[in-house]
This record gives sequence, structure tokens and C-alpha cells, in this order.
Amino acid sequence: MAKTLYDKLFDSHVVHEENGAALIYIDRHLVHEVTSPQAFEGLRLANRKPWRVGSIVATADHNTPTNGWDKGLAGIADPVARLQIETLTENIAEFGAKAYFPFMDARQGIVHVVGPEQGATLPGMTVVCGDSHTSTHGAFGALAHGIGTSEVEHVMATQCLVQKKSKAMQVLVEGQLNPTVTAKDVALAIIGKTGTAGGNGYAIEFAGSAIRGLSMEGRMTLCNMAIEAGARAGMVAVDDTTIKYIKGRPYAPKADQWDAAVAYWRSLQSDTGAQFDLVVRLQAEDIKPQVTWGTSPEMVVAIDGRVPSLDLAKNAVQKADWERAYAYMGLQPNTPIKEIRIDKVFIGSCTNSRIEDLRAAAAVAKGKRVAANVKLALVVPGSGLVKAQAEQEGLDKVFSEAGFEWRQPGCSMCLAMNADRLEVGERCASTSNRNFEGRQGQGGRTHLVSPAMAAAAAIAGHFVDVSQV
Amino acid sequence: MQAFTQLNGLVAPLDRANVDTDAIIPKQFLKSIKRSGFGVNAFDEWRYLDHGEPGMDNSKRQINPDFVLNQARYKSASILLTRENFGCGSSREHAPWALEDFGFKVIIASSYADIFYNNCFKNGMLPIVLSADIVDTLFNQVAATPNYKLQVDLAAQTVSTPSGETFSFSVDAFRKHCLLNGLDDIGLTMQHQDKIKAFESRHQQAQPWLYN
Ligand code: SF4
Repeated sequence: MAKTLYDKLFDSHVVHEENGAALIYIDRHLVHEVTSPQAFEGLRLANRKPWRVGSIVATADHNTPTNGWDKGLAGIADPVARLQIETLTENIAEFGAKAYFPFMDARQGIVHVVGPEQGATLPGMTVVCGDSHTSTHGAFGALAHGIGTSEVEHVMATQCLVQKKSKAMQVLVEGQLNPTVTAKDVALAIIGKTGTAGGNGYAIEFAGSAIRGLSMEGRMTLCNMAIEAGARAGMVAVDDTTIKYIKGRPYAPKADQWDAAVAYWRSLQSDTGAQFDLVVRLQAEDIKPQVTWGTSPEMVVAIDGRVPSLDLAKNAVQKADWERAYAYMGLQPNTPIKEIRIDKVFIGSCTNSRIEDLRAAAAVAKGKRVAANVKLALVVPGSGLVKAQAEQEGLDKVFSEAGFEWRQPGCSMCLAMNADRLEVGERCASTSNRNFEGRQGQGGRTHLVSPAMAAAAAIAGHFVDVSQV
Repeated sequence: MQAFTQLNGLVAPLDRANVDTDAIIPKQFLKSIKRSGFGVNAFDEWRYLDHGEPGMDNSKRQINPDFVLNQARYKSASILLTRENFGCGSSREHAPWALEDFGFKVIIASSYADIFYNNCFKNGMLPIVLSADIVDTLFNQVAATPNYKLQVDLAAQTVSTPSGETFSFSVDAFRKHCLLNGLDDIGLTMQHQDKIKAFESRHQQAQPWLYN
């Protein structure tokens, strides 16, 4: 029978099946400081050891400060955060890992940027991490799930995860994207169409000519946002783009294994005629730059649109949701998106902090100045290596000259666990993935956009169509 | 893990769709390296008027009188009634830890985000899916009835109202079995050690580069 890519990835990892639940084997376990301490503690209490230390790749990212690195660990003002970061180092020292990139290591960064960059994420793998955006790694034709802390402990102890097979959804984007439309806009347009619960219970495969045209960075952005559509996993089939990206990375297969690996990886696509439980279609040419207006990623419109009015809500529950969102966001229905003025800008996060994202933002910012009403425009590279690459290309200068702040890598204002955050009522153009109430700081108002759109908003002081800057 | 079999519990209504895990437990509390003590900060930004940080004396904070869970009539609630896509967003297990620590053993909604749903079972909590219409009915009954309780029976997979109406729900057989018996997942999986080892050696032969 013709199989989907998801079938192939899932079925090839089944260790045991019982009562409709499968035990699937996990190849790569990514670990960070926030969701692991209780799991390590659990192992310790039960006197258990990790099943395969070689599967573990760890880094600190959520809590780490993006400035003041000259002071080292002592520069982390918050003692609770510091303890959590130190705890990760102690746990890795005690239990072991294939690789650990601690705070301030040259390769440290957001776990979903670091894994692929190191070649630690490979096609055909099952990848887990105690973080919902683990879906990012599906861009490589891998099956990647976010898991909870109990499951982190379970995977450490057994190398397996108890999983029920999801339904398969195919999102087909055919055609040619307009030059100013990015993977982020595609992701937001999809969520606008399916809703944030549309993918619940599904694994999504992104396919079609527009997806094949995306770089690995773009595919990662797209798969990263699969979770915002409700899907635990997103994926893209392997092709030349995938293989080219992996070649030569530190943990990629070496010369003697390379050809065999590539031969296997090339089989990681849905067979012709494979059946999906649901197919969603978008035409690439119809997608415009997107801006979210509300407190859920599905509350999204194109840059030339307006905050929707209540009569467009599909039912009473959505109506109530929208009313709460207008109030929280301080916006009136029918306000043109282009008239929304912003206070801060954040370019970063596992969604959009890779080199290509920074290049796109820098291209817009070059030779311009951040608008006077924008109090802070932050650029936070996804990893130390992205930062170094950007500096080599002179992007840091472009940003600094335009009035952006150039920071050290980490999650930063994506979730505002460190010192980078919005104050009550502040409005931010952000390249991150969640615009929930309080996500970037209590009372803060987040609008999700692409890196180029965020840079354009920084320059204009309000949202603008990047193609018109 | 604690077993769950039956519960006759007071119901608290949280009438919102898409309640995300950032709302259930805001990020500043995720810095803890412990597994307990999150209950006082469940729904922190809705529940208190001032900004909460870890280590604060929460008894001295300003309560938001408008937030439904602060109302005296819902004080000892153990069943949370809410709307679709509950628990969306991050994978943080701190969310079910906070709800459980707050006193909830059962959640009723028309749908959940996958990771959150899964995390509940790992913590002895039962997330029940009922249709949007039934959820609506329950919201009306809670509003109209002081001290409104529901009887939940996991073995029978039913929820019964005070007037005797009974709704059945479905739950995955394996999860039900684990929850009814309070089984430790890791212990269960370890019973298949030999199979894991056998799989691993086949896997390594087929894709040796995964074991570099
Ligand atoms: S950048 Fe944001 S979404 Fe990504 S892992 Fe960090 S906190 Fe999570």
C-alpha cells in the first residue's frame, strides 16, 4: 500500500504495539534547562540511567540573558534562572550527553536552531524535546514531537515514547510565492485557514511546488509553526535541498557512511497515491505578507487588511474570543493593519532567527533608521554560530547603524523568561510564534510577522507592506 | 502515579476557548526545578491584579475579584469545565502540575491540544472530551445551580449530572488502564526491554550513522 512520509517515519520506529498504542524508538533527544530538571530528578529518585547517552544533545536557551555575558554566570541577575541553568550543567555532568553546549559556549543557542545546525537532526530520525516547537526538525524529513517532562524522563529511561499514531494531513501549497512573501507568511496563512485547533490529532506534511522551493531555513520556519496549527508534528519530504544543507555538518554522517545514508534518505517521501485523512490547499500567489492582530496565531490577516469586525466571527465562542482580543490588544474592529503603531520590535526565536532571517531583515534595515516611536528593536540570533556568521557578513553593523540592538543568542523575548520583555500595554512586531496574552511580558501586545516585515515596521514605526519600503 | 477511578466533584466554569499553557502557568514560574507548588500561580495573570514572580508571598497579593476561580462558590472545585482547544501552546508539563496542585482532577472540554491532553494522563488527571453542545448545557447548569457537582466514573466512562443525566465519553484503552491502576509508564515500558534492545540492534545495522 502506498505510504505517506508520516507512515514511513512512524512505522519504521515501532518497537511494540498494544491496545492501539505504539512504543516508538527515539533517535535524538534534545534537552534544555526548563523542562528537564524534574525529569533528571525522577531518574535519580528511581535510580535509573539514560538508556542511550549518545542520543542526547543539550543546550541552555530559554532562560539565558542576551547581554552582560562579560560577567559570565554571575551576570544572570535572577538567582532562580541561574540555578536552573547550573542545574542543567550538573545533570549533564552526572548523566552524560553526546553533546552539550552550555551557556556562553560558541555553539550555544536555541535548541531548535542548534540541532539542525550541528547536523544532529537528520532525515529519518525520530526527534523529541521537551518543547512544543520540536516540530521544527520535521523540515528534514524527520518525525519530531514536542513532549512533556514526564515523557522526557520516559525517553531518557527507555529510549522510547508511547505514541498513538496521528491522522495524516497534507498541506499543499502550489505555485510561486511573491518575492516578499516568506515561509512565515505561508505558515500564518495556513493557520488563518485551518485555525489553531485545525491540526489537533494530525501530523502535517507540507508539500507542493512552493514548499519545494523553500530553503531549509524556510522549511524549518514552516514546520516550527505546525504546532500553532495544533499539529504535534510537521514535516517536509527529503530532496536535494535537504541533503545539501546537511553535508559537512559536525554530526552528519561521515564519508564512509554518506552514500548509504543519502540513498535511504531519498526514500523519505510520500508514495504516489498515498492517502491523507485531510488535504488543505493554498495557492502560493494568493498569499500576502501576514500580520496577526489578536491573541492567537489564527487571528491573522494580510498586511492590506483590517482588524476583522464581529460580524465575521463564525460562532458565539469565536465572537467572545475576538471581543476579549480587541480589549487585550487595544484595537478597534476595522482598524487598518497599516495604521497600527508599534513600541518594540523583536527579531529572533526558533521560528525566525537563522542566518537567512537575519539577512532578510538586514536587507530592509540597511541604510535606514528605526522610527522615533520605537523604543527598542532587538535582534537576537538563534545561536552563537548564526551570530558569528552574521557578523562575518557585517549584518550586525547594518542593524546597529539602523538603531537595532544586536544581542547574544537565546530564546529572549519570544517568551520573556529572561530580562527581555514587553511592559504592560506595549505593542511589538515580533518574528516569534505565539501572540498569546502575556507571552512577551504581562500585558504586552504581540503581532507576529516575518523578519522583513518586522524590520520594515521598525523603520516605519507602524506596520507596512515590505514590498513598498 | 496516583490512580484515578471515580470522582464526585464541584465544577468550576472557565468560559473561554483556546486557553493556552502560558495562561495556565506563566513562564516566570517555569524557572523552578521542582515539580510541585505551582497551584498558587495557576492562571496567575488572570487571578491576581498585580504581577507575580516566583518566591512571592501570594497571600499578600491583590486578588482579581472578577476572575471566576476566585469566587467563593468555586473554592473547592475539582472539576474544571472549559471550552475547545484547552491547553494549546507550549509543552510545559507545569500546566497540568499547576492545575493538579490547584485541586483539579478532571477537566471537561470539547477538545484539547494534543501535548497537554497527553501530559494530563501522566499526572493522574483525567481530561474528558464531550461535544460542544453538551459542554454548553453543562455551562448553563453550572451557572444556574449553586454547588453544582458532577459524578465522573472512569471505568464506566461516564459523566453524570445532579439531575441524573449521563453522558459517556471515550478514552484510549491504554491510558484508561494506566490511570485506573496508577501505573508508572516507565515501569511498563521496561517490561519490553528485550524488544527495545532487539529493535536497537536492527536499527543500528540499517542506519549505522545514527549511532556515531
Ligand atoms: S524561541 Fe520561543 S518558541 Fe522557540 S524554543 Fe525558545 S521559547 Fe520556545
